Amino acid sequence: MNRIALILTAAAYLLSFGCYMRFLNTGRELIGRLGTLFLALGLVAHYFALLERSRGLHTVPYHDLYGSMSLFGWLLALTYLGLELYHRQRSVGAFVLPFILVFFLAAHLAPADRLPQPDLRGAVFAFHVTLSILAYAAFALSFVLSLIFLGEERLLRKHELGNMVWRLPPLELLERMSQSSVLVGLVSIAIGTALGFVSVDRLMGQYWFYDPKYVVTLFVLLLYALYFRLARTATWRGARASKLCIFNFVVVVLSFTVVNLYLSHSHRYF
Amino acid sequence: MEIVLVGLNHRTAPVEVREKVSFSAEQARRAADELRSRGILEETLVLSTCNRSEVYGVPPESSHECAPGLSSFLSEFHAVRPEALSGSLYHHYDREAVRHLFRVSAGLDSMLLGEAEILGQVREAYRFAHEQGATGPVLNRMFQGALEVGKRVRTETDLGTRPMSVASAGVKLAERIFGKLEERSALVLGAGAISEQVIAQLRGRGIANLFLMNRSRDRAEELARQYGGKVAGWGEWETALRAPDVVVSSVATEEPILGLEVVERAMEARKNRALFLMDLGMPRNIDAGVAKLYNVYVYNMDDLSDIVQQNRQARENEIPRAENIVEAHVGKFLSWQASVELVSLVDELRARVQEERNAFVKARMDSMAHLSEPDRLRMEGLMDELLEKLLLEPARKLRGEKELRRKIQNVEALRDLFLSKRDKP
Repeated sequence: MNRIALILTAAAYLLSFGCYMRFLNTGRELIGRLGTLFLALGLVAHYFALLERSRGLHTVPYHDLYGSMSLFGWLLALTYLGLELYHRQRSVGAFVLPFILVFFLAAHLAPADRLPQPDLRGAVFAFHVTLSILAYAAFALSFVLSLIFLGEERLLRKHELGNMVWRLPPLELLERMSQSSVLVGLVSIAIGTALGFVSVDRLMGQYWFYDPKYVVTLFVLLLYALYFRLARTATWRGARASKLCIFNFVVVVLSFTVVNLYLSHSHRYF
Repeated sequence: MEIVLVGLNHRTAPVEVREKVSFSAEQARRAADELRSRGILEETLVLSTCNRSEVYGVPPESSHECAPGLSSFLSEFHAVRPEALSGSLYHHYDREAVRHLFRVSAGLDSMLLGEAEILGQVREAYRFAHEQGATGPVLNRMFQGALEVGKRVRTETDLGTRPMSVASAGVKLAERIFGKLEERSALVLGAGAISEQVIAQLRGRGIANLFLMNRSRDRAEELARQYGGKVAGWGEWETALRAPDVVVSSVATEEPILGLEVVERAMEARKNRALFLMDLGMPRNIDAGVAKLYNVYVYNMDDLSDIVQQNRQARENEIPRAENIVEAHVGKFLSWQASVELVSLVDELRARVQEERNAFVKARMDSMAHLSEPDRLRMEGLMDELLEKLLLEPARKLRGEKELRRKIQNVEALRDLFLSKRDKP
């Protein structure tokens, strides 16, 4: 079952990527819709792949690095699909799908670790983790959208339109999509962090103990709140806000890598 | 069931000739009626646009024989000397007539390659002729095919997607920045022909607010009345540049009218809200340094002309894909036409054979009086069986095998081979 789910997910994501690429090249609406359909099918199959993997290893998906990566990929796909349907814009799919595919394949093609049984930490903890990963997925999406914005803006400024610019979303829509994505991330990370404190309180009987991850997470929250505020001001909107969004995501990546691996005591993979 | 087309277009006739033979809706109706009542055509359709006047029809006789009569009709109907049209008219028959219509519908034969309007005009001409009862099974099928080709070419290729004029390219570029223009405002400086083209494009794309400025206020007011805009006082740059998202300038001036400082101050007042400037003046109306300002996008005449040139090239690159779609549908139509004609030919052949069989049996049986009635009936039965076998098998094949129908290119040749002149319809 797990193998079938894996193959189906990879196939659906690959087909979706192919359709989105073709849509970007030809603008054919039917192909774009097929891209969305395959993405939705990929999401369903990916869900079962995550479920089966967790059952097989007797653990939650985020208990190890690969599981966290796969869950991240799934939430990235879910967030993108929501954003695509909300803004009715498919041209970005070709840029997002490679990230989803890389996270999915890297997570599922790697050999599974022999893992110790996870501590039973309850639903609050599970929500804390899931919402945090959802927030990172949404921030990743806003990062991709900001990169597209800067690329398109540069092409428009240099008058080098080629085929691409006519197919990409208008600059203003890209800004709105990025802001929507950051909003999803902000809400998720705020609730997720609050649930994290509740979870710590239940496990340890205290709300707070020092962990550099807390500081970095609060810093990330602050940075994205700042972006969300500035991106709506006339002075910052446009390329400046996009650059800030990219900088913010660099901090998120640092939080994921350096902070998790070397500094944090209680956050390993999220 | 042959098809004939006689017409002229922008390639074969100058506008002075085209305008003489163009059809109004009423003239198209009258021409179709006359063509049928005089027996020149059985089915007919008149397609008349600003760039072409064409008559499509199914003649009762051979299409080649009918074409000169159709040309004479055109000159007579429009009261134009035949020699004035003779060099401009083209005649197409059957496959070529079908291909021509499908190419027209696809926008491949248009003055502006891939233009969208022609498909609507073909649809309208067909609807009009159909309602009038001037079309029959052949033209119905042919024009439905043409509409399908037009739709497919527009959805499956890029033939009609890119802007092909400086004005439309500029407006489409504004949409790359702002998205839909329905909640945007534009300021147009100058009231010449090119400004008017841009205004028409902006209105066509649903711009919400339109402001006009011109040295001669009268002309600006005239344009404002025509396109529904407001006139602003010439030279009030600080105020004028504060609101619009798109500024179009096409003014004859020695020095730039929008200098760096003016736009800098305007951007401060706008709090850096994005501004798209279209400089269509020669010499340029906008200081080159303005392009470096944050959130300001400047395109001059050369930039836009380059884009139009790129788009023209991109459209031309799509021609082979569009031609493939046309060819596929021409093949489909001819296959349908052949199937209808072949099935009718087989039916005619059966009737003819039956007639021959009756005459043959009667002549032979009279000389074989020694045969008993059951033997006679048995012989007749065997003969019927043989004839059915010989005719039924080809008939079944013709109905069932599309490829066979495609291979049989000339149904008339088969008709000539199997049927005598008196049997032909």
